[in-house]
Amino acid sequence: MFAGLHVKNLTQPYIRRSWLHVYFLQMADLSRDDVLKLAQLARLDLTDEEVEEYSRELTEILHYVEQLQAVDIEGLQPTNQVTGLENVSREDEIVEYGYEPLDLLKNVPETESNQIKARRMIG
Amino acid sequence: MSVWPSIAELSEQVRSGKVTASENVEKALRQIEEKKEYNAIIVTLAERARARAKEVDAHPAGRLAGVPFIAKDNFLVFGADTTAASNILRGFEAPYQSTAINRLEAEGAICVAKANLDAFAHGASTENSDFMVTKNPYDKTRVPGGSSGGSAAAVALDMAPFALGTDTGGSIRQPASFSGVVGYKPTYGLVSRSGVVAMGSSLDVIGPMTGTVEDAALVLDVIAGKDDLDATTIEREEAGYSLNSEDVKGKKVGLIKEYFGEGLHENVAAIVQQAAEKLKTAGAEIVEVSLPSLPLALAVYYILCPAEVSSNLSRYDGQRYGYSYKEAKDLHESYTKSRGQGFGKEAKRRIMIGTYVLSSGYYDAYYKRAQTVRTKIMKEFEEAFEKVDFLLGPVAPTSAFKIGENANNPLAMYLADVMTVGANLAGVPAISLPAGKSDGLPVGLQLIAPQHQDRALLGLAKATEGALV
Repeated sequence: MFAGLHVKNLTQPYIRRSWLHVYFLQMADLSRDDVLKLAQLARLDLTDEEVEEYSRELTEILHYVEQLQAVDIEGLQPTNQVTGLENVSREDEIVEYGYEPLDLLKNVPETESNQIKARRMIG
Repeated sequence: MSVWPSIAELSEQVRSGKVTASENVEKALRQIEEKKEYNAIIVTLAERARARAKEVDAHPAGRLAGVPFIAKDNFLVFGADTTAASNILRGFEAPYQSTAINRLEAEGAICVAKANLDAFAHGASTENSDFMVTKNPYDKTRVPGGSSGGSAAAVALDMAPFALGTDTGGSIRQPASFSGVVGYKPTYGLVSRSGVVAMGSSLDVIGPMTGTVEDAALVLDVIAGKDDLDATTIEREEAGYSLNSEDVKGKKVGLIKEYFGEGLHENVAAIVQQAAEKLKTAGAEIVEVSLPSLPLALAVYYILCPAEVSSNLSRYDGQRYGYSYKEAKDLHESYTKSRGQGFGKEAKRRIMIGTYVLSSGYYDAYYKRAQTVRTKIMKEFEEAFEKVDFLLGPVAPTSAFKIGENANNPLAMYLADVMTVGANLAGVPAISLPAGKSDGLPVGLQLIAPQHQDRALLGLAKATEGALV
């Protein structure tokens, strides 16, 4: 969805460089529209003021993290788990915690017949 | 001088009947009330604590018998409100309890209050709390650090002998440094995260904040170890963690070169250098060690952490718990309005960054690259630990800053974590120890050990604490 966000900014000289490189020369300035699209993806309703603020701040933060593009990572794999655990499993047993359904429902904003009530999906 | 004796002594007093758990609870509640103006505490659990104290007094047993403690408000304590200092969780009553709290209670400890934090632990000052700003125990115009600022201030103000904190990028160590207490970040996975509000799941750890290393070691000994409810937990070291003191003689300690560069306040640098000198006098060998990629740690962190935050905070959808926008006409509006109105500024900022770096087309360039640079940083830690037993450096570039000083500059606020995030990325244990004062404000010293060397690190920390006196 975001692949197209900055395509409009692409200029000819950069296209000769590697594909990824083109991205990085173009990607870091977040426009108002970009912020709105992101907010939509993240399911956040933002005020106009927040949209302005985030487009400025996120741009600044993304500029800061761009220093990673210059790092030589040749031959290195990404780390997903730091202590080297793999495929942690346990017996699939029923454990009795003693919770009553009503205890677990007490924080639910709206219930009906002991079920969580949500708004309709299609208007 | 603290109003509390050591935790080992206090629990011994309870077991032997010299003091009662109830007296300890009342004392803690009094301390909290007297120092209310610091805004360290979100809510006291007076009724629950008094009831628990009666139970303990009926059968005074356990290694923490009748010892009051304070939990950061992102720990679920059964029957108590758990808000993570966020509006979206205001009024959320924990239906179950975190493993760490269960283990503490099983040894007779009593939770007396929940401490303030930056909402969802996003911050380095507690200014991001949706409720209030905690004040530094040494200067009320300054921050206590964060995100575990309430816990740090509470211990510094003697509200309880210990508090629990969480550390994702420095949130135990940095406030410990700013508030003049001991803050311990264990090896990743040593303490179960079950029942703690998740922030960055590959980085989050739980640890004690105390007045002394000995107290931190005892609390860690009680809460450490595998838990079926958290698949990332690791085995504890056989010898345990309490009551150890290492002889520093012959130990090789590496000063992290990269942490002593530009941006480090000269007073902080001097205090850490002096501490290194004292360790040397005590018999340690001090050498300089370079981890050339460490300055990249903060950039890596500010990709990985928001990515994990955006995923972990997706559960707050206004349907199952937490704030819910009542006038929504459909599910989508219910999501966007509940989240938009319920989350504070920093939570939204991180969700937005995280969503961006994880979105299709940018994932490889940001997230995957950050995970790979993380590997590079981990390798440099491993290489450093081939040369030295421990690493030493400052905790933060400065002492506590003024309330409001960084409020409009998120990037400047993020820089407060620049010397702590490395340990989270590498999963290694680290501790912040009070090392001196700069213009009357506490300054901490950071010691770091290889993964699974928590016992040795606590031993060195205890010896260092002794050498600094």
